[in-house]
Amino acid sequence: MSLRSGVYADSVRLMQVSRDVSALDGVTGVLVAMATPLNLELAATMGLAPDEPTSPEQLLIAVRAESEEALAAAAAAVEAALTARERSTGTAAAVPRRTIGAGLDDLPSDDPALAIVSVPGPYAVAEAADAIAAGRSVLVFSDGVPVEHEVALKRAAHAAGVLVMGPDCGTAIVSGIALGFANVVRPGPVGLVAASGTGAQQISCLLDMAGIGVSHVLGVGGRDLSAAVGGLATLDALAALDADPATEWVLLVSKPPAASVAASVAAAAAELAVPVRSAVLSPGTPDLTAAVESLLGDMGLDVPTWPSRPGPAAATVPGAALKGLYSGGTLADEAMLLAAPALGDIRSNTPLRPELDLGADFSASGHVVIDFGDDALTVGRAHPMIDPTLRLDAIAGLAASGEPAVLLLDVVLGYGADPDPARSLVPALRAAVAAGTPVVVALIGTEADPQGWSRQADALAGAGAAVFASNSAATRYALDLLGASA
Amino acid sequence: MSELASSSMHGAPPLGGLLSGPPAIVAAGVDVFSDALRAQGAQVHDVDWRPPGFGDPADLAALALDPRRAAANRAAVERLLAAGSQLVDVRPASEVLDLADRMLLHAGPPLEWSNASGPMRGALVGACLFEGWAASVEEAQRILAAGEVRLDPCHHHRTVGPMAGVTSPSMWMWCLSDPVHGGQAFCNLNEGLGKVLRMGAFDHEVQERLRWMRDVLGPVLSAAVRGSLDAGNDPIDVKAILAQMLQMGDEGHNRNRAGSLMALRELSPLIVAVDAPSSDIAAVLKFAGGNEHFFLNLGMPTAKLALDGARDVPGSTMLTVMSRNGTEFGIQTAGTGDRWFTGPAQTPVGLFLGDYGPDDANPDIGDSAIMETYGVGGFSMAAAPAIVRFVGGTVPDALATTERMYQLTLAENPAMAIPILGFRGSPTGIDVLKVARTGWLPQINTGMAGRIAGTGQVGAGLVQPPQECFEQALVALAEAARSA
Repeated sequence: MSLRSGVYADSVRLMQVSRDVSALDGVTGVLVAMATPLNLELAATMGLAPDEPTSPEQLLIAVRAESEEALAAAAAAVEAALTARERSTGTAAAVPRRTIGAGLDDLPSDDPALAIVSVPGPYAVAEAADAIAAGRSVLVFSDGVPVEHEVALKRAAHAAGVLVMGPDCGTAIVSGIALGFANVVRPGPVGLVAASGTGAQQISCLLDMAGIGVSHVLGVGGRDLSAAVGGLATLDALAALDADPATEWVLLVSKPPAASVAASVAAAAAELAVPVRSAVLSPGTPDLTAAVESLLGDMGLDVPTWPSRPGPAAATVPGAALKGLYSGGTLADEAMLLAAPALGDIRSNTPLRPELDLGADFSASGHVVIDFGDDALTVGRAHPMIDPTLRLDAIAGLAASGEPAVLLLDVVLGYGADPDPARSLVPALRAAVAAGTPVVVALIGTEADPQGWSRQADALAGAGAAVFASNSAATRYALDLLGASA
Repeated sequence: MSELASSSMHGAPPLGGLLSGPPAIVAAGVDVFSDALRAQGAQVHDVDWRPPGFGDPADLAALALDPRRAAANRAAVERLLAAGSQLVDVRPASEVLDLADRMLLHAGPPLEWSNASGPMRGALVGACLFEGWAASVEEAQRILAAGEVRLDPCHHHRTVGPMAGVTSPSMWMWCLSDPVHGGQAFCNLNEGLGKVLRMGAFDHEVQERLRWMRDVLGPVLSAAVRGSLDAGNDPIDVKAILAQMLQMGDEGHNRNRAGSLMALRELSPLIVAVDAPSSDIAAVLKFAGGNEHFFLNLGMPTAKLALDGARDVPGSTMLTVMSRNGTEFGIQTAGTGDRWFTGPAQTPVGLFLGDYGPDDANPDIGDSAIMETYGVGGFSMAAAPAIVRFVGGTVPDALATTERMYQLTLAENPAMAIPILGFRGSPTGIDVLKVARTGWLPQINTGMAGRIAGTGQVGAGLVQPPQECFEQALVALAEAARSA
């Protein structure tokens, strides 16, 4: 028995509801009607008279059932029938939906849905907040989102039982749907939690090459493991994968995290039923490929020989400088972490230590690794995985400088990336090789990617580059060429 | 009978089922993903996102992230939706309103004589003549200009008035009560169409009608309503009439035809039972039956009751008032109490009576935008296909207008169902944040008064508030959110 104010429906509609609900199993009496004197009389004759005072503008919902279960089912059916919306018979001109909230309103509430926000950073928060308020997870591709917005959104998402992927999250795979920069990988038992897009791409591609698929790749945004954000989304993503029946193993991928956050995430991971292995890059654990190999070991599988094209036998150039020109931030970090013990300080626009900041001078001499995907370099232009201009300029500048060097690059394939990156790179690489600069490429992708790993590898090798599916293998090969093996 | 059980959340799939199967995607912003997603067979809905129509990004963010907002708006909406409206009395304004000596109420935000528009001045003059405070138009203008008559917004007295909304002590008021929250709201009696005080006319025909309303109509209606209650009958449920008229082709602002007839159906037996000369009874029935907007002055205080019920909810970004005084448009929000946010009133666009044209129309005037604030009127245009040509549109326009208003509002009012939209509830609870984000302003259906005092009605049409009101409200709400 329930009395509700502020609800009016016409008697025809309510009679339909009563009839439909009374047809349910175990329901022995139903009256859904406005509490008018006439209807109250009717309720009394059915033995459903309310035991509290009523007024005619109230909606009377009276149900008698044989069991609690049948009663609950009937209650749910009344609710559903009262809120069900008939299809409009009018023909309004299509009204565009202007916000994520309005767009989500159109979807059935019990179907899985995900919001994607790529509006300018200062406006992303309202769109993401819409998704959270609607009980939906959201992927925030936008960069330039203030960190305090990120924290507030992630706290709200946690309270709502949903996930904020991002901001600045460019890679995710959710239930087989690849979002943003992601590769075509097979489905399988490994779930990735990624504070790093290219890191997740490297790992998912290597797993695919080993015959292992992923259940989901949940991006959390590059700042999630910072002290300011405290791993809010990482913790929620780990819990979600723990509860996901398709996920049997979890790999956590990130750039170097804040120490306090790393500890709390490790503690949380230890509490989960699903085994969590960390591919958190740090000076002590610098190698994503090694993390994949360890996971394969956990799974009782052999480590395959990772695909490569060694290219022409290149003479070593001892004493030359390492020039790492990357489009993926985590791959750049990995290269620096692997190379620094052998080479010493490496200057960068995303340096391992603040005093190694390169500033704006990308033509500086000595060991240099540049992340062309860094936010500061993507303002007003597309990501280097799409627009190669800046990197091609840097390659040309290097050749012109005459500085002895080994050139180390990443090329990332998959959805969202340049449909044929080799096409623009091959002439530049050929020129570098001709000028005596050995070229090493980390080619991140799969055979199933639209660009095809082998097709791209053959083209790049044809230009004289040594090509590796593993960034750490590529980096070590470059170090070999520098005579500085770690 | 046992309590109805609620469903348990135990064993619910993580992230609302996101990991259980390919999700539908709703995307806003640059189209970076959609083609690749479609190539994978994903269901993708691209939102037609635009930068917000106004508002500093930091203010919009402060509101979007205000942890109070969702619950506050839910509370405001619940109070709005739950409110009822019963006709409990008909009394002179002097008895039921807290009026100072020589005070006139008017529509819209606060106003001085010096910046009052033509029709507002006409109505104020007419009211001074009607009250006997002046013997001539000139004298009325003099005492008004000298500040000898105090002006105060209807809204400051739980009152609403259509068009000029001028309410004087001798006018009889519909007295409505909200049985849920215990609120009260008042509105004077509708004079009909054409040359009427609320449209700024004040001549002898207007005065004669006002006197008849004071001496015959008011007392008869009062006796009718009181007699019925004294006899133990329930009060007339005005909200129920409003709900039903939406299913009969009215939108409750510019079209009140079905509502007026239903109100008359309820009142007629009570009126006939009044001990008064049969000629008076006949005149009252004829007057009420001949006025298609008879119900408007019952619908407006019904909306006012609901919105007053939603007042003073800290953190809520919902409008509680939209109102115009012929010079300025003013709004109030649930999160900012009695504070007005104003901007210049716009001139409606629509159809004109006889030879009148756009140059004859005064800027927007009247408290009747309380209907749109409540989710009917222009917001429920889809319910009133019969009116759309009158206000210069097509049926698809009407449907599109209501569809658009859903994106400005917080709720659908299940009590106010729109048949052609599959009995979807009317778009209700205007959200300042949504107005800013969509860049769409609320749609208001309205009458048009002549620009020159004394003219009366010149047409009817559509109008929107000036964006300035919403800009100021957004700033104030963001300030409140930051200091909360």
